[in-house]
Amino acid sequence: MRLSEADSQALAGAPPAPTYLEDGTTVLSWLNTRDHKRVGVMFLASVIFFFFVGGIFALLLRFKLLQPGPFFVDAISYNRMFTLHGVVMIFLFLIPSIPSAFGNFVLPLMIGARDVAFPRLNLFSYYLYLIGAAVALWGMVHGGADTGWTFYTPYSSTSPTQVAPILLGAFIVGFSSILTGVNFIVTVHTLRAPGLNWMKLPLFVWSTYATSIIQILATPVLGITLLIVTVERIGGFGLFDPARGGDPVLFQHMFWFYSHPAVYIMILPAMGVISECVCAFSRKNAFGYRAIAFSSIGIAFVGFFTWGHHLFVAGQSTFVGGAFGLLSMFVGIFTAIKVFNWVGTMYRGAITFRTPFAYICGFLYFLVFGGMTGVALATTSLDIHWHDTYFIIAHFHFIMVGASVMAFLAALHYWFPKMFGRVYHEGWGLVAASLIILGFNATFIPQFLLGNYGMPRRYYQYPEHFQALNVASTAGATLLGFGFVIIVIYLAIALRYGQRSESNPWGSKGFEWMTASPPPTHNFDQIPTITQMPHDYRTHEPPGVISVA
Amino acid sequence: MSHEVAGLPEGILGHHFSSLARQNEAMRLGMWLFLATEILLFGGLFCGYAVYRFQFQLAFAECSRHLNLTAGTVNTLVLITSSLTVALAIHFARTNRQRAAVICLVLTILFALGFLGIKAIEYTEHFHERALPGKYYAFEAVKVPGAAMFYSLYFLMTGLHGLHVVIGMSVLAWILWRTVQGRYSSKYYTGLELGGLYWHLVDLIWIFLYPLLYLI
Repeated sequence: MRLSEADSQALAGAPPAPTYLEDGTTVLSWLNTRDHKRVGVMFLASVIFFFFVGGIFALLLRFKLLQPGPFFVDAISYNRMFTLHGVVMIFLFLIPSIPSAFGNFVLPLMIGARDVAFPRLNLFSYYLYLIGAAVALWGMVHGGADTGWTFYTPYSSTSPTQVAPILLGAFIVGFSSILTGVNFIVTVHTLRAPGLNWMKLPLFVWSTYATSIIQILATPVLGITLLIVTVERIGGFGLFDPARGGDPVLFQHMFWFYSHPAVYIMILPAMGVISECVCAFSRKNAFGYRAIAFSSIGIAFVGFFTWGHHLFVAGQSTFVGGAFGLLSMFVGIFTAIKVFNWVGTMYRGAITFRTPFAYICGFLYFLVFGGMTGVALATTSLDIHWHDTYFIIAHFHFIMVGASVMAFLAALHYWFPKMFGRVYHEGWGLVAASLIILGFNATFIPQFLLGNYGMPRRYYQYPEHFQALNVASTAGATLLGFGFVIIVIYLAIALRYGQRSESNPWGSKGFEWMTASPPPTHNFDQIPTITQMPHDYRTHEPPGVISVA
Repeated sequence: MSHEVAGLPEGILGHHFSSLARQNEAMRLGMWLFLATEILLFGGLFCGYAVYRFQFQLAFAECSRHLNLTAGTVNTLVLITSSLTVALAIHFARTNRQRAAVICLVLTILFALGFLGIKAIEYTEHFHERALPGKYYAFEAVKVPGAAMFYSLYFLMTGLHGLHVVIGMSVLAWILWRTVQGRYSSKYYTGLELGGLYWHLVDLIWIFLYPLLYLI
């Protein structure tokens, strides 16, 4: 165990500062906190809760799909269930998952700051998230919506279900996301520790920064779009209603102008987590640091010009379709740059195969598989065959669940000792990881096949000859579900009874390990001066090198 | 846990900032980013306007002529003047003329109220003429297809802008209270400056709405 400077000082005499977990234990001290670490932990608990809400509905959907005909639920409930699954997973889990939970916790630690730039705004962002979630859930309990999470007009402006509260909920959660983005950008610009220039920033900070740009520039457009649909429902404004001269395709343009970049809100922070974990578990500095950093910004930039690939069959001209297809493929190039560099980082590294590393392997495989099918889908001629089939479902689940959730789990395990100062059970960790990776493949590879055979998405019934593959997919989903339950059980046990962790159990040289685990409320007794690159394993100095002025 | 700065009221400098200058920089950057999100929020509506203006050129031109041009022009002048008074308030605060700053802020809020008053008169006219959005549209004077769409956009854009005027007014009222308390001086006036920035944006959006809706 290597001691950080703060630890050595503590051992030398002064009593150690209380950790952020011990600094006030009442419920109120959490609800009224300004501490970025506590806000991060509250976000983490909330997104995990909503992950299970969305997950249970996914399993119920898969259960219905065991039978080709009517079974278990009626058609309208089925529509409500897949809408609920999508809305909860996208707006309440994936978008805030890594940035708001882990970003809040580790980003200030990584740049040697005592907090984010606007701590009160940060807490406010959490409450906005809760309010938005409550409004959306209220709508779901009181009738739900049957439009799918994409809320396509004109159906969403006329559907008899409770679309308005769900739109409003997503609108409010969007503002929470904007405020987090503003906070992170300002924090990175103004609160970096002395010596920490941009070319020394940890790669997680780079990718979170790129994510924040998307959150700031795209989310307001979703906000106004959802607002217009809401006034259409309430006041019959008709902007997207062809009966009143409106254009429903305009909705699709405005919706995907946000929602396509939103996919990168979900995957960029995941890529950041992987960049950190690959270095930490290969004991090697990042291969191609600049290439990884700039490709994050590249994805954020190009991501704004790809939304048209959702409209290939919506009457878009062939030329526009081709242009959007080509632009979409640029994302593949930036992603491939990252993949090559991660593999380059592992090459000749000293790999320790712990649970986070298992998720890295899963992530790389899912990202490449999902990404390649994405490039195929960006080809207009192929997309016309696959559009709105299970092929597209399988493709985006490979990225959003396969890649993003793997990275979320890697982050959860890698930073668990950092956040809570406890050690989880490594054996169970590997069991759950294997189960999840296996279950995920069993769930979604059959869906690729189903989509290719022409089974459309969101349909309540399907022809009988598709049943075998659907049963396989449901079986896989069950395995996947078991995997997640195992994780919750052993992490809950670790939280309560787990062995106390060392300050830096991985021996990682990421900058967030400069301070003790769990960190004291104000993170650093002395703001560190950064003289090294992150993950510099050539020396035996502690991460970042703290010089006491 | 904020540390004190000589000559400043307590609680201005956050514990996590190394200097006041750095904190001011952070606050300004945060505000500019927030203003960017506001522009994109309205951007969606401007995009919708562009699409339907192109599609229903005749109806939009016709409806535009039935808006109260005098009211719109007066309102534009009112808002531009209010931008001047808020800028003067910042100028007076940073030169330690607190009384003048307070007067300017009060004037700004009065101008904002004036703007809302004139807008309310216009809205009342529309209701009497039944020049209403979407399915409620029953305006006798213009019966071209697309007229209802113009009023949908008109009410959405001016309504959302009006909401921003109300929010801006509340922010300015809060800042006025802070100025009366003597929080802003040549040493620290960032809070006031940010309120002013927000108010300029509200003004700026109107400067785009006015020609799009009333003039062309």
